[in-house]
Amino acid sequence: MDKKSTLKWLAWGMLIAGFFMASPLWGNAGEIPESLELQSLSELYEGVSFDHLLHMDMVGNCAACHHHGTGDPVEDENCARCHSYSKDTEVVSCGSCHPLEPFSPEYLREKEMDANRYHRDMPGLKAAYHQSCLGCHNEMGGPTGCQDCHPRTEAGDALFRAGAYAPESGAAAGHH
Amino acid sequence: MKGISRRRFLAASVIGGAATTLTMSKKAMGAGTFEGYPEGMGVLVDLTRCVGCRSCEAACNKEQKLPEPAMPFDDPSVFDQTGHGGQKRRPDENAYTVVNRYDPPGANHPLFRKLQCNHCNEPACLTSCFVSAYTKTREGAVVYNEKVCVGCRNCMIACPFQIPAYSYSSAFDPVIKKCIFCYDTRLKYGKPPACVEACPQGVLTFGHRKELIKIGQDRIKARPDRYVDHIYGETEVGGTGWMYLSGVPFEQAGFDTTLGKEPIISNVKEFLSTVPMVLAIWPALFTGFHLLARKKGHADEDHSHESQEDEKS
Ligand code: SF4
Ligand code: SF4
Repeated sequence: MDKKSTLKWLAWGMLIAGFFMASPLWGNAGEIPESLELQSLSELYEGVSFDHLLHMDMVGNCAACHHHGTGDPVEDENCARCHSYSKDTEVVSCGSCHPLEPFSPEYLREKEMDANRYHRDMPGLKAAYHQSCLGCHNEMGGPTGCQDCHPRTEAGDALFRAGAYAPESGAAAGHH
Repeated sequence: MKGISRRRFLAASVIGGAATTLTMSKKAMGAGTFEGYPEGMGVLVDLTRCVGCRSCEAACNKEQKLPEPAMPFDDPSVFDQTGHGGQKRRPDENAYTVVNRYDPPGANHPLFRKLQCNHCNEPACLTSCFVSAYTKTREGAVVYNEKVCVGCRNCMIACPFQIPAYSYSSAFDPVIKKCIFCYDTRLKYGKPPACVEACPQGVLTFGHRKELIKIGQDRIKARPDRYVDHIYGETEVGGTGWMYLSGVPFEQAGFDTTLGKEPIISNVKEFLSTVPMVLAIWPALFTGFHLLARKKGHADEDHSHESQEDEKS
């Protein structure tokens, strides 16, 4: 290896190291977001202002929601089969793994091409949020009504034929 | 109006007459050998995840441009609605899917279940239809051609899940209505149906039917405490495109667990022998209409004139 290429490798090494040092590490308490604005589903509903700090305090263990990669012991037995000793991961936000469109032709094809993939049945982002949030709220007595977390928008009212869009003959008997 | 219906009856009598003799014997021979198209898509419905929000119903209503519901889709009182004989709600011509609530004995929370056409591998609606209004598409949807349907209601009787509904909106234009897997607007283009996209809970998993069976088996294996060890629809009536996982015995969620693995085709044969009237009378009726029409046309012994008249009307 000549001098020039050694220098090049050094430069690359420093660049990469610098990147890792500057990026938010989740093991570092200072980098954990206190609250999150969940906007990905805000068409029929308003966005959700998620109090991350409050939920961290209540739950106590990052792995209860984030499965693995946070430094806390893996809770789910099924995840633990492989991830007990997994290293902490760089990013643990829900959307970094759970796809926005889990049933798009593109995503289905991508899964199909990858014959060795274990996570073939990963819920999409919307399902991951709701299964995780509602599941726990049901058990712990948290709010479970749709609009307890996200009030409907006008488009939502129109879809649900509710509010200003409610059927006029509300009392009319439906067809059985 | 009169001309249109006459032409339709004419067409139906030709197709129907041939179909009753030809397709019945062909289909009877093929019974139990068809496992669905390899590319067929389906939906795995996980009842343990459903919270009864009815987003799927609302999405279906919009996508299929169905009439306004009697009550808002967020009104939970529909779960207490019952029809004749205490029956729970069923899909009908105004709602291709409905969500019902069940209260399994011993469970500490209610169970919700979405009903719609199951898009059978070997659809009884299709095999019972003597004007061949139904098609099982390569993508797995069971669709129907409204223009061909004569409203005889054979499919309503044949369907093991009581899905096809009869539209009474026009006495002159009777048609069957049911879920078509959003074929025209979505499935055809590889996209999931509107209900699947709307469901917040991931109750509905869209994919290749074969893959869905694997996913179902894996879920049962990973959480045997959560699931009954059975995928409803994997084998029932020859297999269905929409399949179900449950945490309680399926009959407690309103499923018919007596259907068996045989496609309904063989049962349809029985049904046809018990109701020979249907087959016997319709072709005769059509022949009657046909002769009547011909007679009228023959009055001036001019066939081309008759067809011209038909084209105009
Ligand atoms: S569920 Fe009924 S209507 Fe749907 S494909 Fe099967 S037989 Fe036909
Ligand atoms: S949208 Fe999903 S969770 Fe809501 S009722 Fe339908 S299947 Fe159940």
